Amino acid sequence: MTTAPAAPAIKAKQRPGDRVFSTATVVSGSLILVTLAAVAIFLVAQALPAFTAEPTAFKGDAENFWQYVGPLVFGTIWAAALALLMAVPVAIGIALFISHYAPRRLAQALGYVIDLLAAVPSVVFGLWGITVLAPAVQPFYTSLTEWFGWFPLFAGPVSGTGRTILTVAIVLAVMILPIITALSREVFLQTPVLHEEAALALGATRWEMIKLAVLPFGRPGIISASMLGLGRALGETMVVAMVLSPAAVISFAVLQSQNPTTIAANIALNFPEAHDIGVNILIATGLILFVITLAVNMLARYIVERRKDFSGAN
Amino acid sequence: MSLTVTPQQAPTGRSTGPIANTLTAGKLPRFAALWVLLGCLAVTTAFFVILAAASGTGFNIAAAVFLGVVLYGIVIWVLSRVVEGTRKAKDRLVTALVSTAFTIALLPLISVAYTTIANGIPRFDVQFFSESMRNVVGAGGGALHAIMGTLLITGMAALISVPVGLLTAIYLVEYGRGKLKHGITFFVDVMTGIPSIVAGLFAFALFALFTGDPGIRMGFGGAVALSVLMIPVVVRSSEEMLKLVPNELREASYALGVPKWLTIVKVVLPTSIAGIITGVMIAIARVIGETAPLLIIAGFTTSMNYNLFEGRMMTLPVFVYTQYMNQGTDVQAYIDRAWAGALTLILIVALLNIVARVVSKLFSPKTGR
Repeated sequence: MTTAPAAPAIKAKQRPGDRVFSTATVVSGSLILVTLAAVAIFLVAQALPAFTAEPTAFKGDAENFWQYVGPLVFGTIWAAALALLMAVPVAIGIALFISHYAPRRLAQALGYVIDLLAAVPSVVFGLWGITVLAPAVQPFYTSLTEWFGWFPLFAGPVSGTGRTILTVAIVLAVMILPIITALSREVFLQTPVLHEEAALALGATRWEMIKLAVLPFGRPGIISASMLGLGRALGETMVVAMVLSPAAVISFAVLQSQNPTTIAANIALNFPEAHDIGVNILIATGLILFVITLAVNMLARYIVERRKDFSGAN
Repeated sequence: MSLTVTPQQAPTGRSTGPIANTLTAGKLPRFAALWVLLGCLAVTTAFFVILAAASGTGFNIAAAVFLGVVLYGIVIWVLSRVVEGTRKAKDRLVTALVSTAFTIALLPLISVAYTTIANGIPRFDVQFFSESMRNVVGAGGGALHAIMGTLLITGMAALISVPVGLLTAIYLVEYGRGKLKHGITFFVDVMTGIPSIVAGLFAFALFALFTGDPGIRMGFGGAVALSVLMIPVVVRSSEEMLKLVPNELREASYALGVPKWLTIVKVVLPTSIAGIITGVMIAIARVIGETAPLLIIAGFTTSMNYNLFEGRMMTLPVFVYTQYMNQGTDVQAYIDRAWAGALTLILIVALLNIVARVVSKLFSPKTGR
């Protein structure tokens, strides 16, 4: 009509400062993507020669790369699974203790105490495992093989030093305990208070309240926390490298002196002396480890994402 | 005498009386659980003291405490089942189990702290902090080169990852939208899960390809490897802190005509700086103890090396590792040095954590004004 033609939209003044700053943030954000791509590309580039390497290039009696990496993959998953088996029940217990049992005032301090475990460097855990834990559990292992030797896991002959995959798994369990505890604790604290109070009002004891309200609500959280702990345990290097006396075997027995070692420990032990194709082979095993942890972590994230949609809170 | 007897008789009189209170009848006295626990601990302690005296070995305090707690679980379950019924008994048993889980977690913590201090003290002396390991065989020597290397490499890693991490967090909170934001968030999560040794291999592969030296070792590579581990931690914590800044502050700033970048620099960052510094400190504490990547790309040496870009560089965690793994003829000297290194490392990490907490206490914006 007679109104003036729509006034041209007022454009924000372009300031050089704004331009520079926003570009800088975008660049550093993209740098993360580039880094991750670079990790994959450089690892693959350096790993490729290993897949076609001569049989003589491999340590031990492996004929090709897959035979070489097989026992290592087994050891990695086996040690991490044992650690997870021990850590999860204890971590859930601790998380429940801090979130629902401990006096309110103490709860945060107790949480800090558990977080302290996460602050101990892995190499110190390695030293501790080899000088304190291994000798301490060895007598226990001996009696375990005596009494339960018929059970395949505890088959003898027992290791004389206690430096077995079970010891490694115990140390790994201690190391992933704080991660699983911290995440489960957060989830337990998010349980809708109304659910808890409703359960209590119906006459439930505290344990029944937890069973009815807290655990069902927290289950996806526990699962994803465990997966993240598993990811950490898979990649842990120094404890395994220091404590275990390695051998290229696939064996489920946890108390013998012949133990399958893990990918990470194998790299740490052999890399300083490796040369030529040996370096490529170790990097290729690292690539396999990368893929395994990536898969585990992505699965954990997927579960977390799914939980958001079907959370009991909304 | 009679005074102490009367209250004991009162409850029994009440429960057997004609009008029993059904709500309180079957209930253990208020502090029964505590007394049972102390009793059980006393029993196991006595047992292990006698055992120690009989066999001549040391008193096993860990076993005493642990078995005491287990015994408590059994006793309280039986007691409660008899007096209070099965449901309550189960509840008490779970309470005992959950507390036991917490005790179990404390055992390694106390044990690690105790052994590190006890074994680390003998070589925790001036020489340890003033000498390197150059030309040292057997006793003597110190970790100055390793401490120097750790400071240089971690400092360099912080110098790389703090700007990148902080700017990324700013992008995610202030600018980001659409696919790029989702992609970055997702891949930061993925990056958190990279095993430390893979980060080391990546840095090695990167510099080996660029320099053409198949046996490349240098401190800067270690810093790059640590950055790969540190950046996602910095991004995560800074992002959380930036999200906490109330939108009203930003809007007030825009309303006054302040450009966006100045709003971020002058309003958003100062408000959240305490949390960001805390996050950075904790990220540094996380990577300063990393051994595997440094073992691979920074290598080990016995001499001082101030140059990040050339030659092998010793770091404290690798020092601990090599001292323990490559013991010379004088075994005890090497082990003592390893433990002293471990003690130093734990003290550094503890110091960083304490400083982080103090910073967040002192500099967090005062609320409730």
